[in-house]
Amino acid sequence: MTIAIRFAGISKQYGTFQALNDVSFNVAEGDFFALLGPNGAGKTTLISILGGLTHASCGEVTVMGHDVQRDYRQARRAVGIVPQELVFDPFFTVRETLQFQSGYFGLRSNDDWIDEILANLGLSEKADTNMRALSGGMKRRVMVAQALVHRPPVIVLDEPTAGVDVALRQTLWAFIRRLNTDGHTIVLTTHYLEEAEELCNRIAMLKQGRLIALEEKHQLMNRGRSRSLLLKLSSDTLPESLQGKLIGRTDDGYLELKLPDCSALEQILATLGNAGISVRDIQISKPDLEDIFLEMMQTPAPSLS
Amino acid sequence: MTGFYTLFYKEILRFWKVSFQTVAAPVLTSLLYLLVFAHVLDAHVEPYPGVRYTAFLIPGLAMMTLLQNAFANTSSSLIQSKITGNIVYILLPPLSHLEFFSAYVLAAMLRGLMVGTGVFIAALYFAIPSFAYPLWILAFALIGSATMAMLGIIAGIWAEKFDQLAAFQNFLIMPLTFLSGVFYSVHSLPAFWQQVSHANPVFYIIDGFRYGFFGVSDASPWLSLGVTGSCAVVLAAGTLRLLASGYKLRH
Repeated sequence: MTIAIRFAGISKQYGTFQALNDVSFNVAEGDFFALLGPNGAGKTTLISILGGLTHASCGEVTVMGHDVQRDYRQARRAVGIVPQELVFDPFFTVRETLQFQSGYFGLRSNDDWIDEILANLGLSEKADTNMRALSGGMKRRVMVAQALVHRPPVIVLDEPTAGVDVALRQTLWAFIRRLNTDGHTIVLTTHYLEEAEELCNRIAMLKQGRLIALEEKHQLMNRGRSRSLLLKLSSDTLPESLQGKLIGRTDDGYLELKLPDCSALEQILATLGNAGISVRDIQISKPDLEDIFLEMMQTPAPSLS
Repeated sequence: MTGFYTLFYKEILRFWKVSFQTVAAPVLTSLLYLLVFAHVLDAHVEPYPGVRYTAFLIPGLAMMTLLQNAFANTSSSLIQSKITGNIVYILLPPLSHLEFFSAYVLAAMLRGLMVGTGVFIAALYFAIPSFAYPLWILAFALIGSATMAMLGIIAGIWAEKFDQLAAFQNFLIMPLTFLSGVFYSVHSLPAFWQQVSHANPVFYIIDGFRYGFFGVSDASPWLSLGVTGSCAVVLAAGTLRLLASGYKLRH
């Protein structure tokens, strides 16, 4: 497994504020990687260090084996970053913006690829429109295009779908997914946890500048709270033997019971049947990434690094 | 080279797309100066023997406009990019600080030279100065525009708000260019102000430039070349150092 990005012992101090505290992890080539954490956790700082916009106070970052400081030319060629803030140059059209961006990366005639990116992001018709005249969502698409002009093996998207409508989100993800299938490594930070849950295969969580989780998605999902069983019953009181499993009651009259695994379900139903209680409705809830995320952010977990 | 060339071209296009404001307007302003000062003073003042005031004023005005526009180009480009945030698109690509430096400086020099030439051509309507030593003219035009372009980079990087940039421009650049002998020969000043003028590097740029036209000047052109050349070298070293360190650009 080749390493696409290696963060080794990254710390960043702004005055007395410790934005990142000894963060180390790797992103493998071909990963679709999610970097999660609440606002102020250090995600954007970490990405800025990766892109050379910010210097780490200590530690090392490499992209495709190139150190972002010593070997900055190769490192920057290997990565395309979509910044979080909506930024653009009001002097130029979409096409000019992308041609300049190609030129900065040393690419002279890049129009075929630019056209392909424009088409994939639904921007073809806006190619000759001035950046000022675009809507926020369209500007966001151009920012994604700018990160892709030099066909970087590693693509980093810092909250690319913030303030973006559903249609674009889907176009964007279809395109990014395709790039991932073609072998690009994708790193994503997002506030929409369902996006991370749906798209990513590995997940890291940052909290107050520390790495608190780094796992394959399915492992992380299994780590969360066990499933729970929601029952609407003919009687309000549970049989004695089931009292211990009761977690709570919902406002609409469901009883919530612990369900460590599916085999427990049969036993619960049998107990209810023996007690002469009939089941009016039944639901099984599975923890999603959001529950796991909230749980991890609330409990003080030991740092992984 | 493509990286440098692209950034250079972008910087040119940036001012050219608003050339009414960046090229035509300063030319017009200079012509207004020329119209007023020449009209009032032409009959009364003869700065050098045999040189009419209007002819004397033209190179100085052209150079002052050139200097101010070279400064304006780098400084306003950088502060705008910093404030709007699109500077990240220059910082993320693999551009070296040398490429960054040369692209910004050369584009600003080009704007300065274009505006200066514009002023000069338009001013020919009022008076035709002589061209004693064209190479001196060229040398000081290049050194002057480069110096101000570099000062503009420093100001643009240092300033965090338009307000701070305006302070740099109004409290440093304007006095330096205005009090450099654009409108008068420093020989006509009292001794004290002559001394003060000789401490102003911009005085040497204007004086040397004017020497190229008339073959007479307040200071020796070689002294002017020495002073302005050394200033330019020191500024270049300082600016490159700032850019290499990422001062106020990379945190």
